[in-house]
Amino acid sequence: MNKILIAVFLMAIVTYIPRVAPLAIFKNKIQSRFLTAFLGYVPFAVLGAMIFPDILSSTGHQTSAIVGLVIAVILSYFERSLLLVAVCAIIAVYVCELILAML
Amino acid sequence: MKIDQKKVIGAKNKNLHDFIDGTKQSIPIALGYFPVSFTFGLMAVKGGIPVWIVILISMTNLTSAGQFAGTNLIIAGAGYIEITVTTFIINIRYMLMSLSLSQKLTQGISNIKRGIMAFGVTDETFTVAAMQKKDITFAFMTGLEVLPYIGWAVGTSAGAIVCNLLPETLQNSMSIALYAMFIALVIPAAKKSKAALSVAACAIFLSSILRWIPLFSAISGGWRIIIATVIACTVGAKFFPMQDVQNE
Repeated sequence: MNKILIAVFLMAIVTYIPRVAPLAIFKNKIQSRFLTAFLGYVPFAVLGAMIFPDILSSTGHQTSAIVGLVIAVILSYFERSLLLVAVCAIIAVYVCELILAML
Repeated sequence: MKIDQKKVIGAKNKNLHDFIDGTKQSIPIALGYFPVSFTFGLMAVKGGIPVWIVILISMTNLTSAGQFAGTNLIIAGAGYIEITVTTFIINIRYMLMSLSLSQKLTQGISNIKRGIMAFGVTDETFTVAAMQKKDITFAFMTGLEVLPYIGWAVGTSAGAIVCNLLPETLQNSMSIALYAMFIALVIPAAKKSKAALSVAACAIFLSSILRWIPLFSAISGGWRIIIATVIACTVGAKFFPMQDVQNE
């Protein structure tokens, strides 16, 4: 039990440090246009890299993951809310896995 | 004196307004966190971690990928160093986000306030903050963070408690929720901006190469995200030095 608590504590620290350090250190605007543009693109790059290809191995079968991916992409294209996209993707994967189990 | 009072009240109103604005924009994030943290709760309790510790993990870590990985390692009986280093590597991406966020903050936010805001920086709260057209105030950022924090904790608790009631297929299906949320954040932005689309596409391409080409197989998931992000943003900043994303 104590071992788990220590591990949780360590995880919390190494999660907080990367979040707080840059905010505490960089208090002025960075002048370089290159760096400003670079930092402005971080959200898109991080999201892209986190989604793919990891999404393919997130469910029980790759086929169901692809179905969930396609549903999420279509709904997002039409700018549906985060929750709706998440719930529809779950349902799509669930239905797909049920069908796969019957085959 | 009267003028001063007005100024104070004006500032208070602005703070409240910013806080509420942040809170409103965070509702979809908080709701979207529910299935994801629910899945985390399920997984951790199934792995044999006591319910209260599972909830404690969510309340002290507040991170998807990092705490999933760390908790998996705890369940597998890994050592402190392995758990700490893996969690840290996955979380290094927050440095890029906080650095990016530091450039969007209004001037004169104190260290304590920065310390509080930093706790709630997640992939989603950061992305929503980064896409604002205005500078980010302390009130806005904390408003943006508070509901997702609650959603994350409540979702984890629900998942941890109902753990054994759900069929396994449904549990499997819920793992897609996190990725679906990422998709819902990136696609609308990519639709509006060629630069955002190019950077995201570049990152996806790089991350796929790093994952699938055997030469790079030693690179862990955390490093893969960092390498892909740094290269994609460099390419983006070279070809699209103007940030059309935020200035449209």
